[in-house]
Amino acid sequence: MALTREQMAQRVAQELRDGYYVNLGIGIPTLVANYVPKGIDVMLQSENGLLGMGEYPLEGEVDADMINAGKETVTARTGAAIFNSAESFAMIRGGHVDLTVLGAFEVDQNGNIASWMIPGKLVKGMGGAMDLVAGAKNIICTMTHASKHGDSKLLTQCSLPLTGVGCINKVITDLALLEIKDGAFHLLERAPGVSVEEIKAKTQGKLICPAQVPEMQF
Amino acid sequence: MAGFNKVVNSYAEAMAGLEDNMTVIAGGFGLCGIPEGLIKEIKNKGITGLTVVSNNCGVDGFGLGILLEDKQIHKMVASYVGENALFEQQLLNGELEVELTPQGTLAEKMRAGGAGIPAFYTATGVGTVVAEGKDIKQFDGRDYVLEPSIVGDFAIVKAWKADRYGNCIYRHTAMNFNPMAATAGKITVVEAEEIVEPGELEPSQIHTPGIYVQRVIQGQFEKRIEKRTVRGA
Repeated sequence: MALTREQMAQRVAQELRDGYYVNLGIGIPTLVANYVPKGIDVMLQSENGLLGMGEYPLEGEVDADMINAGKETVTARTGAAIFNSAESFAMIRGGHVDLTVLGAFEVDQNGNIASWMIPGKLVKGMGGAMDLVAGAKNIICTMTHASKHGDSKLLTQCSLPLTGVGCINKVITDLALLEIKDGAFHLLERAPGVSVEEIKAKTQGKLICPAQVPEMQF
Repeated sequence: MAGFNKVVNSYAEAMAGLEDNMTVIAGGFGLCGIPEGLIKEIKNKGITGLTVVSNNCGVDGFGLGILLEDKQIHKMVASYVGENALFEQQLLNGELEVELTPQGTLAEKMRAGGAGIPAFYTATGVGTVVAEGKDIKQFDGRDYVLEPSIVGDFAIVKAWKADRYGNCIYRHTAMNFNPMAATAGKITVVEAEEIVEPGELEPSQIHTPGIYVQRVIQGQFEKRIEKRTVRGA
C-alpha cells in the first residue's frame, strides 16, 4: 500500500535528530512537526524570521503579527527567537540549518530539483525554496512517487525549470525511501506491502536496488 | 529647527516627492507588517509607472494589491505573488512586468543596497533561470551568481514603535523585510503603531537606528490576517 500523506510525514520525522534546527516547507513537510519522535527536541525555523515555531494559537491567542512562512497564524515556543529576513536567510545560506524538508514536482538522479514553476501555468514564484536548497546541508524531498497519471517524478533529468542543482540527497515518496548519489537513485526502503517491481516501474531515472529491500518501520 | 524630529502629520507630507516611474521598496511579508496607510496614500496620489520591490504584492483589495486597481505598478520585484487574482490578470495581459527573485536574495539585495554594497555573490539560483545572463564565479570550487543590490527612491516601512528621531522597533514576525527596506530608501518613511518620545526606547533594543529614517508618521492599521489558523482548546 502506498503511504498516506501522514505516513510520509511520519517516515520523514524518523530522520530528525535531537538538537536539529529544521525548516519545513509547505504541504506534507508541514505535517512532519506532528510526528517528532518522543525524547528528541527540534527547533523549527520559519523563513519569515522565526526560530522556534510553536503550535497554531488557541482562538484567543491569534496575533496578526505572529505568522509562519505559509502566512498562517502561529505561536512561538519557549526559547524562540525572532529576527529579520536577511538574518533568516543568513542562517539558511550560511548552512546553519541542519535539515530542510520540502516538496517537489520532480527530482532527478543527479540531485536536481524542480519545485516552483510549470511552464504554461501561472508562475507564483519561488519564495525561499531556491535559498533553502542552495544553503541546507541536508535536504529531504518528499512527494508522491508518480503523478496522478502515473508519470514518474524520479527522473533521469528534470524536465521542468530547476529550483536547485545537485542539492537533493534523500527522497521519501509514498512508495519508497531513496538516496541519491553517484548519479543514481539508491532504493533503501519500501513502503509496507509495496513491491520492488512497482517502484522500478514508477522510477524513470537510474535505480539501484540491493537484493533485499527492507520495509519501512512505523 | 526640526533638528532630529522626523514626525510628519499627514500622509501627504509623508509621501511628498514620490513621482511617476520611481522605485518603492516596501516592508512586509504577506499582509504582516505592511505600511497600510502609506500604501493607501500612494494609491490616492495616483502615481503610475512604479517599480515596487516587496516580498509579495498583497491580496485583492488590500495591501500592495490596491495599487494594481488603477494599474499604478509597472514592475513588481517579489519572491511570491500567488495570492492575487488581479495581479495574475495584469501579468497575463502584459500590463505588468514581474521579476521573481528568491526570498533570501531579495532580502540581501535590500540589505546590501542600504549598506553601499552594489552587488554580491550567492549560491542561490545557480543553474536556474534566476542566474541566466548573470556573472558566475567560482569560490572554493563552488559556483556563485552575482546579484545586483537594490536602492529605492522611497522605502515604506511599518514599525511597532518609533520615536521622533526615527529609531524603530518591530513586533514579532511583523519585522520581516522592514529593517532592510528601511536602510535601502533614499527617502525612508516609517508608519508606526505608536510614536514615543526619544529615550523611551531602550537604545540596545532598537532594530532600525534613526539615521536610516527621514520621516515618521502615526499610522492607523487594520492588521488583516491572511490565513487564520487555530488549534482546538
